[in-house]
Amino acid sequence: MNARAFRRSAVAVAAFSASAIVLAGCAGSSGDTGDGGNADEEITLTVATFNDFGYTEELLQEYMDENPNITIEHTRAAESGDARSNYFAKLGKGGLADIEAVEIDWFAEAMQYSDLLAEAPDSVKGRWLDWKEAAATDGDGRLVGFGTDIGPQGICYRGELFAAAGLPSDRDGVADLFDGDWENFLDVADQYKAATGKPMIDSANSVLQGIVNQIEYTYTEPDGAVIATENPEIQAAYELVTERAVPNAAYAGQWSDDWFASMANGEFAAMLCPGWMLGIIEGNAPDTTDWDIADVFPNGGGNWGGSYLTVPADGDNVEAALALADWLTAPEQQMKAFAAAGTFPSQIEALESTELAEATNAYFQDAPVGEILSTRAEAVTVAPYKDASYFKYHDALQNAVTRVFDGVEDEQTSWNTWVAEVQAF
Amino acid sequence: MTATQVRPDAPEAPPKLTQKRVRVLSFSQQASRWDLKVSPYLYISPFFIMFAIVGLFPIAYTAVISFMQWDLVRNSGEFIGFDQYIWILQNPQFWTALRNTFSIFLLSSVPQIALAIFIAAMLDKNIRAKTFWRTSVLLPYVMAPVAVALIFSNMFGDNHGLVNNILTDLGLPAIPWHKDPFWSHVAIATMVNFRWTGYNALILLAAMQAVPRDYYEAATVDGAGAFRQFWSITLPSLRPTLIFVIITSTIGGLQIFDEPSQFDNTGQGGAAGQWLTVTLFLYNIGWREWNFGRAAALAWILFLLILVIGLINLMITRRLVRDESSRGAAGVLRRMNRKEDAR
Repeated sequence: MNARAFRRSAVAVAAFSASAIVLAGCAGSSGDTGDGGNADEEITLTVATFNDFGYTEELLQEYMDENPNITIEHTRAAESGDARSNYFAKLGKGGLADIEAVEIDWFAEAMQYSDLLAEAPDSVKGRWLDWKEAAATDGDGRLVGFGTDIGPQGICYRGELFAAAGLPSDRDGVADLFDGDWENFLDVADQYKAATGKPMIDSANSVLQGIVNQIEYTYTEPDGAVIATENPEIQAAYELVTERAVPNAAYAGQWSDDWFASMANGEFAAMLCPGWMLGIIEGNAPDTTDWDIADVFPNGGGNWGGSYLTVPADGDNVEAALALADWLTAPEQQMKAFAAAGTFPSQIEALESTELAEATNAYFQDAPVGEILSTRAEAVTVAPYKDASYFKYHDALQNAVTRVFDGVEDEQTSWNTWVAEVQAF
Repeated sequence: MTATQVRPDAPEAPPKLTQKRVRVLSFSQQASRWDLKVSPYLYISPFFIMFAIVGLFPIAYTAVISFMQWDLVRNSGEFIGFDQYIWILQNPQFWTALRNTFSIFLLSSVPQIALAIFIAAMLDKNIRAKTFWRTSVLLPYVMAPVAVALIFSNMFGDNHGLVNNILTDLGLPAIPWHKDPFWSHVAIATMVNFRWTGYNALILLAAMQAVPRDYYEAATVDGAGAFRQFWSITLPSLRPTLIFVIITSTIGGLQIFDEPSQFDNTGQGGAAGQWLTVTLFLYNIGWREWNFGRAAALAWILFLLILVIGLINLMITRRLVRDESSRGAAGVLRRMNRKEDAR
C-alpha cells in the first residue's frame, strides 16, 4: 500500500516542481539577499546535516552571539540516505536549507549540478587538503563545497583476542605486524584463524572498500569511459577479497544488526577504522575493554568518508549562508566539532594544531587518536576518481562479494553476474 | 438559455400545449433551477478535483516521463520512445523481481486468507469477551510496518536471530534467511501475514455477521454439523466480501515494499536479488540511481500487470465461489443468491 502512495508522491514531487520554481523565483526577488554588509536585518539561516557533524548548540550559539541579527536553525537527518533523497528532490527548485550537508558518497552526483550551488569565496581556498578541495571544484574552477571532515583509516583491533592468538597486542607491535601490503594483512588473518579458528576481519566488503579506495581510476575514467569490468586492478581486488578475505571475515558486509552485535562478542578481532568508526565501536561495545587502534594501514593510507557543506544558489540568504559555512568549516570550529563528534578535520591548519596532536581516546586504551589519524591522513596519496555513477558500480561489486561470501554463487559466476549487471546499466 | 420551463415534477411528460406555461423566469428562480442541476455536481466535485490533481495527473505525468530520459533536478527530459520499457523487460533483475513478487504474494495471500476465514469463523461463534478478541486481532495492523519489520528482522537474523537460536539449540541446522530466496520469501511473507491477517479477518467477520441466523437454525434442525454449516452457508455468503479481500490483497501483494526493504540494512533486496520485489526494484531505479524515466516505465508495467492479474483473479474468484454456492445445500441461500445475480 505504501509503495503505491510512495510512487504517487514521487511523481507528485516531480509534477509540482514547476510551480515550486515559480514560488522560489518570487521568494528570491521579494527582498534583497541578506549579506554581511546589512547587519541590522534579521535573518534566519537553516542548516541541514545528518548523523552527527559535531555542530552543537553551543557552537551555533557562539555564532549567533557574534552576529546578533542571525538566528540559526539546525536540523539533522538520521542518515545520509534521507538527506540525499531530500537534496535531489529539491535542488534547483527551492525548499532546501540555506546550508545543506552532502556526504562524499553522493557528492559526485551533487557536483553534476554545481551550477545550482553558490561559489565559496576566494578567501577560503587553500584551507583544505588538496584532494579534499579538488573534489569540490567543478570543471569551471568554481569551489562549491566546504569540506568538513575526512576519514583517514587506521586499524582497530582487540588486544586480548590478539594476545590469545599469539599475536602482538601492543599498539606498536600491531603496527609492525600489519606494516605491508594487503597480502600481508591477509597473511596475519590466516595466522589468526589458524590459531583461534575464528575470522579476524569484521567483513569482506570493508576490505574491498579499503582496497578500492586506494585505486585512482576504478570504474570510470574522467572522459566517461566505463572501465569497471576490464580494469585489472578491480579484478585483482575482487580476486584477493573473494579468495582470501572472504574466509577470514565474520560478515559479508557491515551495518547489519548481527554485525553491530559482533563488536562486543569477539566474533572478529580487527577492522579497518576511519576516525568516525571509533564512536561506532565504542557505542556498540561499551563494556568491551580491549579495543585499541594501531597507526598502520595496509598498502599505505586510505580515506573513507567525509562530508561537505554546500549552499544552494537559490536560497534566500546566500551571502549570509556562505559566511556561516565559511565559519563552520574554519579550523577552530572544526576542532570543536572533532572534540564533540570525532569528525576528523580536513583543514590543513587544524591538522597541524597542537590540540589535535594531543587528543587521546580513553576507550581505546588512551590511544593518541589525534596523532595516529593525522599520520594516517598524511599517508593518503591517492584520491580516487569518483563520478556520479561510482556508487552504483561499487554497490554492484559489493553484492558480487556478498554472493561469494553467502555461497550463493562461486567466484567466477558471481563475477560474470557483475559483468552482466554493469552491461545492463 | 431557454426562458421556458417544463414542470420540474414531470419532466418526461409529453408537452401539452394547453398546459405549457410561458413566462420569464426571475433571477432567483433561474438560480434555484441551476442549484438543482449543478449543486450535486459541486458537492461531489472536491473528491474528483483532488483525484484529478493527486491521482490522475501524476499517473498521466508518469506515462509521459516513462518515454523520456528524465533529469529530476533540472526537471527536463529528452524523448527516447520505448527504450526504457525495453531496458526493463530485458533486465534479468526485473524477472527475478517478478518471480520474487509472485512467490511472496502466494506465500502471504493464500495462508493469510485461509487463516483469516478461520479466525473470523471462530470470532463469529458465541465466545466470551468478544470485543477483546476482535480488537486484539486488529492489533498487528495498527503497528507501523517498519516496527513490525524491526521485530521480525531480529527474529530472522542469520546468526543471532531468535528462530535460528532456537533451531540450533535443538540441534537443527540454522535457516539461511538472508541467503536462500525461498526462506527469505517465507520470512517476508510471515511479516505480511502478521500484519494483514487480522485486518482481513475483521472484514470477513463483518460479512459473516450479516448472514441471517435463521439459516443456521434451520440447518441445525436439518441435522447439519458445524463444518457442513460453514461450508454450505457461511462460505457462499461471503462471496462478495471474499472477492474484495482477494483483490485488495492481490494489489497489496504485488506492490509489496515495506517488508522486503526492511529485511536487511541496505534495503536493496539482497546481493543476488533474493528478495528483490518489483516495487523495490522500482525504488532502487528511481531513488538510488535517480533514473526516473526508467522508474516511471516500470511503474506503468507494474500497473498493467496488476490490472491483468486483478482481472484474472476476479474471474477465477467469481467462478470458484459461485460453484460452491450452487453445490451448497442451503436452498434458501441459493435462491437468494440467484435473486442477487438477477438484480
